[in-house]
Amino acid sequence: MSKLRKPVYFAAGYNTVSFGSGRKEFHPKKPRPGLEHYINESGKGVLEQINDAKHIDEGVIGNFMAARFNRQGNLASLMVNIHPSFEYKPMVRVEGACGSGGLSLTTGVKTVLSDMADVILSIGVEVQNPVKAIYGADILAGAGHYAGERKVGHAYFFPSKFSDRAGACYEKFGYDRIRQAMARWYEQAILNARKNPKAQEFHNSIDDLFAAGMTPPNPNVFCDHINVYDCSKVSDGASALIIASEEGLNKVGVPKSKAVELIGYGVAVADLTKPPPDQTKMTTVGKSVHQAYEMAGLGPKDIGVLEVHDCFTIGGILELEAAGFAEYGKGPDLVLEGKTRADGPLPTNATGGLIGFGHYTGGTGVRQAVDVLLQLTGQAGDCQVDVPADRPYGLMISMGGNDKTVVSCIFKSAA
Amino acid sequence: MTLDERLENVAVIGAAGKMGSGIVLLLAQEMAKLKLKNPDKGYHLYAVDISEKDLDGLTGYLQAQATKAAEKGCVMLRELYKDRDNLVENYDIIAQFTSDVLSVIRPTTELALTKNACMVFEAIVEDKDVKIKILKTIDSLCSKDTYYFTNTSSIPIHILDEGVGLDGRIIGYHFYNPPAVQKLAELIPAKTTKKNVIDLSHEIAKRLRKKIIPSNDVAGFVGNGHFMRDILHATGEVERLSDTFSQVEAIYALNKVSQDFLIRPMGIFQLIDYVGVEVCQLIMKVMSTHIPGVTLESDLVNKMVDKNVIGGQYADGSQKDGFLKYEKNRPTGVYDIEKGAYVAFDPDGWTKKIDEKLGAMPDGWAPWRKLLMDPKKDDKLKAYFGHLKNVNTLGAQLAKAYFKQSKAIGEGLVNDGVAHNAEDVNGVLTNGFYHLYGPINNYLD
Repeated sequence: MSKLRKPVYFAAGYNTVSFGSGRKEFHPKKPRPGLEHYINESGKGVLEQINDAKHIDEGVIGNFMAARFNRQGNLASLMVNIHPSFEYKPMVRVEGACGSGGLSLTTGVKTVLSDMADVILSIGVEVQNPVKAIYGADILAGAGHYAGERKVGHAYFFPSKFSDRAGACYEKFGYDRIRQAMARWYEQAILNARKNPKAQEFHNSIDDLFAAGMTPPNPNVFCDHINVYDCSKVSDGASALIIASEEGLNKVGVPKSKAVELIGYGVAVADLTKPPPDQTKMTTVGKSVHQAYEMAGLGPKDIGVLEVHDCFTIGGILELEAAGFAEYGKGPDLVLEGKTRADGPLPTNATGGLIGFGHYTGGTGVRQAVDVLLQLTGQAGDCQVDVPADRPYGLMISMGGNDKTVVSCIFKSAA
Repeated sequence: MTLDERLENVAVIGAAGKMGSGIVLLLAQEMAKLKLKNPDKGYHLYAVDISEKDLDGLTGYLQAQATKAAEKGCVMLRELYKDRDNLVENYDIIAQFTSDVLSVIRPTTELALTKNACMVFEAIVEDKDVKIKILKTIDSLCSKDTYYFTNTSSIPIHILDEGVGLDGRIIGYHFYNPPAVQKLAELIPAKTTKKNVIDLSHEIAKRLRKKIIPSNDVAGFVGNGHFMRDILHATGEVERLSDTFSQVEAIYALNKVSQDFLIRPMGIFQLIDYVGVEVCQLIMKVMSTHIPGVTLESDLVNKMVDKNVIGGQYADGSQKDGFLKYEKNRPTGVYDIEKGAYVAFDPDGWTKKIDEKLGAMPDGWAPWRKLLMDPKKDDKLKAYFGHLKNVNTLGAQLAKAYFKQSKAIGEGLVNDGVAHNAEDVNGVLTNGFYHLYGPINNYLD
C-alpha cells in the first residue's frame, strides 16, 4: 500500500439533524424538508465556515437510492443549487449503497491527490422518509444482489441479513453474552445520542435502555435473531465537509487547528453475488481497515477515537473485531466491559452512531468523517471525548451492503 | 363441514357499517389465504348492506385497510407467495395480496345472494326486531346447516335464536371496535347453541387471531354490562357535583378524572362519544328490557339524544362531536345542553380552574400511553394507586369513588352470573377497552 503523496485535509464539517421517527418534531403525515433542502443546508453549513464559496473547485455527492426514495437522479447537478459560484464546475455523484458517503470522501481525496483540484466539497445525503419502512426495505435491498437474493429474501431484507449474522454468533459464542452485548450497544448509542441535539434519538426517553435492548426477537413480525432496537432507523439528512490540499486549506482560510489530516485510507469491495465467507466475521471491513492501517503505518493500539458503521448492533460489535480492537469472538467483551463508552478507553460512536444519531444511508460516511473531525479538533460540544495524547488518531469505517463496499479513513489533528 | 369449507361461502350483513366492514376485512383476508392454497376452489364473501352508497365507500375502505394489513403482515405474506416468481419486492406482494383480498368480496344490496352462505355474520342495527326479520329472511334462503354469528353487544342470544327459529345455530360473537385492530371477541352462547357452533367459533378466533372471552347470555354481556353502569356512575356524579360545578364543568371534570386519574385511554364522555351517545342509550334500553329488575337510564344521555348530539364516527373514522367537541380527534370543548352550543376548553381560564380544583396528579402518575408499553407497568400502577389512596384532593376523591364503583360493577357481573369469573371481567376491560388493569383488583385495599 502506497503512502499518500501529499497532505490532504478535512475541514468545515457540517451535519444536518438526522430526521425521522424519534424526533419530537417528526410526524409521518406532515410535510417535511426534501432532498434539495438537505443538500443545500449541508453545503451552506460548510460555506459558512470558509471565506469564499468560489474557492470550491469541485464537488462530490454520495447518495444511495434517491432515484427510488425521491424519484430523483442527476444529484451532482443539484449540488450546483447550493451556491451560484458552483455553476458549470465539475460535480459528480458516487454510489456504493450505505458506503456512498465513504466513497464521496475518497473520491474527493483522489482528486486532491491528483493535483486536479485544491478544494473539494464532499456531501453525503439520503432522504428516506417519503417511503414507508416496509417499501423502503425493498429499496435498501438494492444494496444486496437483487437477482440472486431478493426473491428468497426477507420482507425486512437487510435486518434479516444481520439477524443471520447475530444468529450465527449466538450459535458459535453463546446467546446470552452476544445478546447482552447487543443490548449494551443500544444503550451506549442512545446515551451518546441524548447529548447530541442533532441526533435522531436525542429525545429518546426510554427509562431502561438495556431492558429495551434485551426485548426478545419476534420472527412473526420481524426477524429471527434481532429486535427493532438492534436496528438503525429510517432517516433523512445530509453531511458535508471540504477536502483540501495544503494550498486549498490556506485559500479557504480554515486554520489547521480546525482541520484534520487524512493519514491513511482503505477501500475494499467484495463480490456482491457471493454470500459472506463467514457470518461471524466482517471480512471486507477487516481488509479495508488494514489497508488504512498500512497506509498510515499504524495499528489498532494507536486509535483514540472510533466511528464504526453500526447499522445493526451486531455489525458494530463485529467491526470492533474486524478492525483489530478485539480478538475474534471477543468483541462483545469490549462492549460489556464498557470500553467503548464515551468515557471508556476506546470511545466509539460518541455522537450516537447509526443506531443513536441516525442513518441517512448514502450520507452516513460523510457524517462519520465530520464527527471524527469535530472530536479530533475539540469541537464536539457535549459529545466531546478525551483524545489521549499517545493515541491521537481517529478511525472511521463506512460500509455499504452486507460487508461489501467498505471505506476506512484514519485522521489526526492537523494542528 | 370444516371451517375451511365454510369459509368458501360467507355472508356479512351490515357490511358497510363500522363493525361489519371490519369483519369483512378480517374474513376476506383469511379467505384470500385459503384461495392461495386452493386455487381451484371459489371463495365468496357476500358483503350485504342496505345502502348502495355506503357499499361504494366500503371498497375504498377495504382497499386501504387490506393494504395496511398486508404491509404489517408482509413477513408472512412473502412465505405465502414464495412460488410466484413475478412477485419479488414487498411492494409486489402487498399489492397482489390486497387485490386477492378484494377479489373474494362481493358487495351487494341483495340479501338473496346469501343463499349459499355457510356462515352468516350479522352486524346490523342493535334492534331485536330488525335483526330477527333479516335473519329470518336469510334463513329462508340458506341451508339448515348455515351458522349465524351475531355481533350484538346487548341483545340476549336466546331471544334471537327463538325469534328466528334457528334451533341453536346462532352464537353471540361480539367483536370490539374496530374489529380489524381489537384483539378481543366476547363469545356468548345461548343455552341452546349447538356445540359445533361453539367449537367453530373458537376455531375462527384462532384463525383471526382474536382472544375469546366467554360471557353468559345476559343482556349487555360483560363488556356493556360494565360500560353502561360505568356511564351511569359518571352521569350520576355530574348531577351530584351540581353544587360545585356547572354541568359543563362537571362533564369536563369527570372526563378528566376517568381518563387521567384512573389512567385509562379515554375519559368516560369521550368513550361514550366514540361508541355513539344514541347507541349507548339503545343498549341501556335493551338491557333494561331483558334483565329482570334492572333499569339503566341516564337523563344526561337522553337529553343529548333529544338534542341529536350523538357522537359516533364519520365514514373516514374521525370522531363526530358528542358530549365533547373534537378537532383532529382530540377533545376541545364540552357541549352545553341548555345553550345547545359547545364551550371551548380554555387552558388559561375555566378549564385551568377546574384542574386546580381537582388538584395535582398524585405521585407516581404517568399517562396511559406511557405505561402501555412499560414492562414494569403493574408495579408502577400499584405504586400510583397506593399514593392515590392517601390523597384527598377533589380529583382523588372522585377517582377513588369511580374506582370503587367500577370494581363493584365488575364483582356484580360475576355475582349475577354474567361473567364466569373475575378474570374474564378483567380480560374484557383490558383487551376490549384497553384498560391497563382490570376493575377487580386490590390496588385501593
